[in-house]
Amino acid sequence: MIYRSLFPRDFLSELERLQNEVRQNFDISPSIRGFTRGGFPALNIGSTPKSIEIYAFAPGIDPASIDVQIDKGVLTVAGERPSVLPPAEAKATAHIDERFSGRFRRVVTLPDDIDASAVSAKYRDGVLHISIQRREAAQPRRITIQ
Amino acid sequence: MNETTAVSKENKAPREEGALAPPVDVIEDAAGITLYADLPGVPKEKLHLHVDAETLTIEGELGLVLPEGIESTHAEVSLPRYRRSFTLSRELDADKVKAEFANGVLTLRIPKAEHALPRKIEIAVA
Repeated sequence: MIYRSLFPRDFLSELERLQNEVRQNFDISPSIRGFTRGGFPALNIGSTPKSIEIYAFAPGIDPASIDVQIDKGVLTVAGERPSVLPPAEAKATAHIDERFSGRFRRVVTLPDDIDASAVSAKYRDGVLHISIQRREAAQPRRITIQ
Repeated sequence: MNETTAVSKENKAPREEGALAPPVDVIEDAAGITLYADLPGVPKEKLHLHVDAETLTIEGELGLVLPEGIESTHAEVSLPRYRRSFTLSRELDADKVKAEFANGVLTLRIPKAEHALPRKIEIAVA
């Protein structure tokens, strides 16, 4: 070896691990599932009076291969994203390698008032949109005073 | 402040808006470079690619249709747009860039210019 690397090989991933550790320690009571920000797919979650809306940013995946399950009030989104990187024997170089590849699984705890039988899931432009209805009885009602 | 400075500021404003940097893979082979970028949530009509001098810029805006009365409780994609620029090098042929966009993944193929294609160099032994 002519040039010695300044950094250990896995410098960036090491840095990321350190960063996660720092964040986790600053959070006084972190979630039992750890600090998942930065995981794949990225999740945006919102709620309306009638439903819970979950957006999973999972580009480049065949929608048929995504596994969405609701079990005991826990939503799981799992699947696999193939790598585009060239195999080691190919005459090609990966200069930047930032996109996620491999198996993924993300878990979200749902509120108690959801109706697990009224779920719709759509995949569009690389975003999986899961909409879960709240139970009728749990929706806000105006009570008339007699 | 006069009118012209006000106008130039207005023009600058959209450039300074915060944007997310999409993750990319860049792979080079003998004939050119392939770039993959993850732009989930961007519809085809809101994706903009431009090559200016030697800078390639990828810009996209989220086109999610949110239901009425939604309140965000957790957001990991916190800005509604993506932007990222790359400097191309001289041997790449920016006029022949091919772009494909499907399921939120942009695939760009930038071929090398004729004169830059690989050539084996003979080593003369003295």
